[in-house]
Amino acid sequence: MSKAKAEAKAQDARLASAADLEALRQRLIQDQDPDRPEIIVCHGTGCLANGSPEVAEALKKAIKASGLDAKVVPGIKATGCHGFCSRGPLVVVRPQGLFYQRVQASDVDEIVQTTLVEGQAVERLLYKDPVSKEAITLEQDIPFYKHQKRVVLRNIGKVDPTDINDTIARGGYLALAKALFAMTPEQVVAEVEKSGLRGRGGAGFPTGRKWKSALAAIKKKGRPVYVVVNGDEGDPGAFMDRTIMEGDPHAVLEGLILGAYALGAHQGFLYVRAEYPVAIKHLTIAMEQARALGLLGENILGSGFSFDVQVNRGAGAFVCGESTALFTSIEGRAGEPKPKYVRSVEEGLWGRPTVLNNVETWANVPQIIENGSEWFAGLGAPNSTGTKVFSLVGKVNNVGLVEVPMGIPLKEIVETLGGGVPGGEPFKAVQTGGPSGGCLPYSLKDTPVDFDSLTKAGSMMGSGGMIVMDRRDCVVDIARYFLRFLEEESCGKCIPCRLGIQRMREMCDGFSRGEGSEADIAELKSLARAIQDGSLCALGGSSPNPVLTTLQYFEDEYLAHIRDHKCPAGVCKALITYSIDRDKCTGCMACARACPQKCISGQKKKPHAIDAARCIRCGICMESCKFQAVQVQ
Amino acid sequence: MKPANIDLDEIIEHYPGRPDYLIFLLQDIQAAFNYISPEALQLVCDHTGVPLSQAYAVSTFYQSFSLEPKGEHEIKVCLGTACHLKGAPRLVEELERRLGVSPGGTTDDLKYSLETVNCLGACALAPVMVVDEKYQPSVTTKKLDKVLGELQQD
Repeated sequence: MSKAKAEAKAQDARLASAADLEALRQRLIQDQDPDRPEIIVCHGTGCLANGSPEVAEALKKAIKASGLDAKVVPGIKATGCHGFCSRGPLVVVRPQGLFYQRVQASDVDEIVQTTLVEGQAVERLLYKDPVSKEAITLEQDIPFYKHQKRVVLRNIGKVDPTDINDTIARGGYLALAKALFAMTPEQVVAEVEKSGLRGRGGAGFPTGRKWKSALAAIKKKGRPVYVVVNGDEGDPGAFMDRTIMEGDPHAVLEGLILGAYALGAHQGFLYVRAEYPVAIKHLTIAMEQARALGLLGENILGSGFSFDVQVNRGAGAFVCGESTALFTSIEGRAGEPKPKYVRSVEEGLWGRPTVLNNVETWANVPQIIENGSEWFAGLGAPNSTGTKVFSLVGKVNNVGLVEVPMGIPLKEIVETLGGGVPGGEPFKAVQTGGPSGGCLPYSLKDTPVDFDSLTKAGSMMGSGGMIVMDRRDCVVDIARYFLRFLEEESCGKCIPCRLGIQRMREMCDGFSRGEGSEADIAELKSLARAIQDGSLCALGGSSPNPVLTTLQYFEDEYLAHIRDHKCPAGVCKALITYSIDRDKCTGCMACARACPQKCISGQKKKPHAIDAARCIRCGICMESCKFQAVQVQ
Repeated sequence: MKPANIDLDEIIEHYPGRPDYLIFLLQDIQAAFNYISPEALQLVCDHTGVPLSQAYAVSTFYQSFSLEPKGEHEIKVCLGTACHLKGAPRLVEELERRLGVSPGGTTDDLKYSLETVNCLGACALAPVMVVDEKYQPSVTTKKLDKVLGELQQD
């Protein structure tokens, strides 16, 4: 169906009851031809940057030229790349589920001829198992997908997020209809509480308990009450919320409407990071389409319940992911946190009871209502029910997004799904929880990944970013990295955070230059405790975590910097020297040409040498050498 | 370069004159003109009833807003953790050397602005930078030559 036609149809198709929704769904399912080939071109950020729009365009042309009856799903059908971002652009051919990786426009004619006309797989575009070197034909057989349990991501990569009909055909808004007509608001809250769902944004507060205390606060204070989506995904290295908002915006919207019904809210807010323009666009389209169908706005599905929502764009402040700062930002002011003597379920936005949940949390709600709390509680670990989406990034083969049941060992995520570290050595550490989290060493590889186990190990779940590090990554450098990040993002309101983080960073800067003493480490630890105790909000309170966990698990590496003036990973500039291995150097001059200092000498076809006195240790020579002849010590 | 014929009044009249629309207005003005001029800030204050001091606080608190004109081309280097591990700091240093400005700065000829951003959530592309809204994946110093060369020709 063309877009214009779909919109015209939506105009006269305001759904007035649950039966109307079901009738529409049945009609949409009937309209689908299960045998018609469907080509899905991933339009996630990763694939987009690597040329997926050109691939889609070429496919459309090639199919038209061949006269075949296939549907190239246009536009953004699978933002977040089906998760397998490092292999993009991805193309999946349904109904078989053939999986092609790193597809370029020049491959398209072969796909049309071999796959669509002859019904065969294009061998050279298939994923190859890195160990057995065997080609894997189907998407579901690839280890990266095989070991996942997709609950929140179930629609992503399958539906066109800009067409509500696609979502409805797959059961979208059924949970809403069920709640509106077969459940009381109290029952919805009870169901969420029984499911054991905990907030996916970081701290893991039980969602049902939050909602229940909001109900109590509403009784005391009266209405209005607000529901808010926290889409200010600020943790570096985390992009699951972006993928959900881009790839399945209706799941977030439906979850929010369910929450609004449960709490009696009539106004909601979607607070989304400015850095995510596609997410903002897709949510806006989803809201318009839901309104046109009567799933949002006045008298939803003829139930008498009314609720509407607006999108607020963030403006580039990490601290606005903190609840009270987020509220002040929606109110139009600088996003500074407030002390939490009174919780936001009692006094949040404009001083009214407010329930704020993370994107992934809201997206879980429709499935809990649809499938029941027992089903959800049966997934994952006892105290951390359900699944969790993780972004696996850094020094790992399969960079991308995975969804797994809570409680599976860290090693399984990094090695089985992630394919381990390039080169095959064990990982050095995995950083979880963003700037508030910590670094877990390889010795903790069997740690179950759930809220409580990660906290016990000194890190935290955070929003689910997992940054894999190998032996070439320095822990002092990582600690400095996060401290610099937090120093910049501290709103400056309270002193422990504003000055404490700066002081910690200065000390770590010193270590990276080989300065300081062991006494400084003790002082750093004591300062860290003071910051934990004295900060106003979680940004400051958790800011020492990256330092404390690296000190806990990698103290030797700190000591190597301080005592031996060495950076074992070869990162900290003041402590390293670059040199050229005369045996490996072929004299190609590539490094000498690239060197911004022009401090590499040597003739063509003769080994070169670096003038250490003039070298600024920028590492460009190492990057430009094709023969691994540049060494760092 | 943004077209110069955007009507500031039109942007302002688009929103109700209430303090909670301050950030919306500043965002639209920033998007249209690439910076917020003193005149524009005053007009926003008149419209929303927010004191100038508070509007100034808001426009300096958030990273998206700039009170100075930006260059014709905007180069944003991602400094997310994955990009950091894969050499983003080296890219920033090299860009500083080539453009002669620090992050946050604009070249004197108003041709380039260099920015860093905390994470674009495109970690599979690390190290990544965005040049005039186009993502440049897996950037090496060699690739910088190509990208900057193309901008020069513009």
